Amino acid sequence: MSDSVIAVENISKFYQIGEFNSGSLRNDIQQWLHRKNRRFSGLQTEKNNLLESHKTSNKIWSLKNVSFNVNRGDIVGIIGSNGAGKSTLLKILSRVTSPSSGKILGKGKVASLLEVGTGFHPDLTGRENIFLNGAILGMNNKDIKRNLDEIISFSGVENYIDTPVKRYSSGMYVRLAFAVAAHLNTEILIVDEVLSVGDAQFQKKCMGKISELSKGDGKTILFVSHNLNSIRTLCNRSLLLDKGSLLFDGSVNETINKYTEGFLTENETKLFLAFKSAEKKHINIEQIKVNDSINNPVKLFGGNNVIEIEISGEVFSETNISFEFKLFDKDLMPLLFYSPAHFEGISEKVVPGKFHFCKKIELPKQINKGNFVGSLYLTDPGFEYHVKFEHSMNIMIDGYPTKTGHVFEYKNGAGFLFSH
Amino acid sequence: MLRLNKEDNWVIESNKGWFNVKITDIWAYKDLMKLLVKRDFVTYYKQTILGPIWFLLQPLLTTVVFTFVFGKIGGLKSDGIPRPLFYMSGITAWNYFSDCLIKSSSVFKDNTGIFSKVYFPRIIIPLSIVLSNLIKFGVQFLLLILMIVYYLYNDSNFILNGKYLLLLPLLICIMAFLGLGFGMFISALTTKYRDLSFVVSFGVQLLMFTTTVAFPLSSVHHHYHLLVSLNPATPVLEAFRYILFGRADFNWISLTYSFVVSVLVFFIGILAFNKVEQSFVDTI
Repeated sequence: MSDSVIAVENISKFYQIGEFNSGSLRNDIQQWLHRKNRRFSGLQTEKNNLLESHKTSNKIWSLKNVSFNVNRGDIVGIIGSNGAGKSTLLKILSRVTSPSSGKILGKGKVASLLEVGTGFHPDLTGRENIFLNGAILGMNNKDIKRNLDEIISFSGVENYIDTPVKRYSSGMYVRLAFAVAAHLNTEILIVDEVLSVGDAQFQKKCMGKISELSKGDGKTILFVSHNLNSIRTLCNRSLLLDKGSLLFDGSVNETINKYTEGFLTENETKLFLAFKSAEKKHINIEQIKVNDSINNPVKLFGGNNVIEIEISGEVFSETNISFEFKLFDKDLMPLLFYSPAHFEGISEKVVPGKFHFCKKIELPKQINKGNFVGSLYLTDPGFEYHVKFEHSMNIMIDGYPTKTGHVFEYKNGAGFLFSH
Repeated sequence: MLRLNKEDNWVIESNKGWFNVKITDIWAYKDLMKLLVKRDFVTYYKQTILGPIWFLLQPLLTTVVFTFVFGKIGGLKSDGIPRPLFYMSGITAWNYFSDCLIKSSSVFKDNTGIFSKVYFPRIIIPLSIVLSNLIKFGVQFLLLILMIVYYLYNDSNFILNGKYLLLLPLLICIMAFLGLGFGMFISALTTKYRDLSFVVSFGVQLLMFTTTVAFPLSSVHHHYHLLVSLNPATPVLEAFRYILFGRADFNWISLTYSFVVSVLVFFIGILAFNKVEQSFVDTI
């Protein structure tokens, strides 16, 4: 307990949509006058009512009563689907925005890296930008000077260090920016998805640097990523956020399992919800069934890996419609891509009016046992997507029934089993 | 609960109140302020042929045009000060005020990217604006001195009769407070009402003609005398000319008035800026 460096106590944050977007002085004065008037006269006009209800109904909770502790030297990975509140949490911790209620106590200097290269000026040279960016991130001149050589050599842009950064390639730019951030002399580092930029080799270098920072220097790191693999390799602890609440706080593997399980159960309705939000003007989907069911998960048992999709709806103009399907593993690593339209170069013209399709997609039989995620797309191949059902299916496969009776699992190493 | 040592501890809470600027916080970021000032200068003349000479060219050309238009064509008086000196002194002082105002009035708009990604005391940015403009003012002031020296040697009618030269720092402070105060206030409002940013640059231009940049206060008809004097920048300009040349409509009462107004404006500006700073990222 005594080694705790961050204590988050009941943090909540809401955004009020209605109040801000009136956007003009006149509306604001009107609103204010109405509020004043009501207080004096006690009368409620219809307009008044409208304004009031408008105001209260537009609270969007981005975080709700989140509490946790972080100990010195922890590398905490924060995961959750889009809109779960991860970025808001990091923003509050970096003091970019303040919470609506609650309190955070902390110990030690904090540097936050919500973006690489914040404040880089295109006209300044690499060297000048190191100083500027470092200062913006809270370093003083002395620290930067002491680390200057190290920063430059880590960035790998020695030859261009006195060239304005506007002449840099985007890769060089990012490398330099990360190099500055990696040499921040602070006890706590907050990192938001910044590693998703740069090439694979550089990402690897960054990950190495981050784990070196925490292991070697005892720094505490909070880290948001959608890449579950990097969370797995870097972090020793993980938080799962869902719709603004802290759902789980524990070891990385447990949390990731909870997250991907949540993917499975939560998605019961998702298949159904997804197409409502995915409507396009020229196409309207009325119903989708997968293997005769509108619910997840899709179970593919006994080596019978056939997904039968039944879809009905309406198009309002002549449209080319083809099916595409992608299979991902639990960490959302894409495994298979089904696209007959590209493969065989055929697509189907649909005349305006109602339509009803049945499509059988046969996945390879030899996929090993595991939980998978599927995305379905209706496309005009090469031109546009009509509808995307991204990650909408949760697919359970019980593996290929081998002659010896042994069933191999996907997560233990191999995705496929084959003999010739 | 956390057991905290005294230094390096921080608390993040929801309600920070009206005034929470800590001098120590600003001091911790003094290097950033220095670098921002440096950035302003270095980027100003990057990829220009004349480079830093632009700092001098702009007031010089304005002086030439003013001398021609207001002096030769319009025949406006200049309190007996040689016209180029009269206009140059007005323009130098006015530019400091107006540059501070215009630049700091768009602080939130210009720095949205940085402000929504990194925390540092936001007031560092307007302060760095005032500083870099102060340096610019210094350079232009030196040019003014050179011009005065030139007139001393070449114009036998011109005698330097300045008094209270020590008031100069105070005058600079008043102009900085006014420019910064108005600028921060406007920048706070523009996060909500974008219209204001359109008003600023031409509003400042109009304001210049109600200030005694192009004409002396002594030549203003007594009906409008008070009206022109109400503009808090007017007494500063008059005082500026008075301490240099000894000829202007200077009195202590209006200078005190200017000073009080500038301090008030400055504090209102800081309060508004500070209030908006807390919620700005959510509303922009």
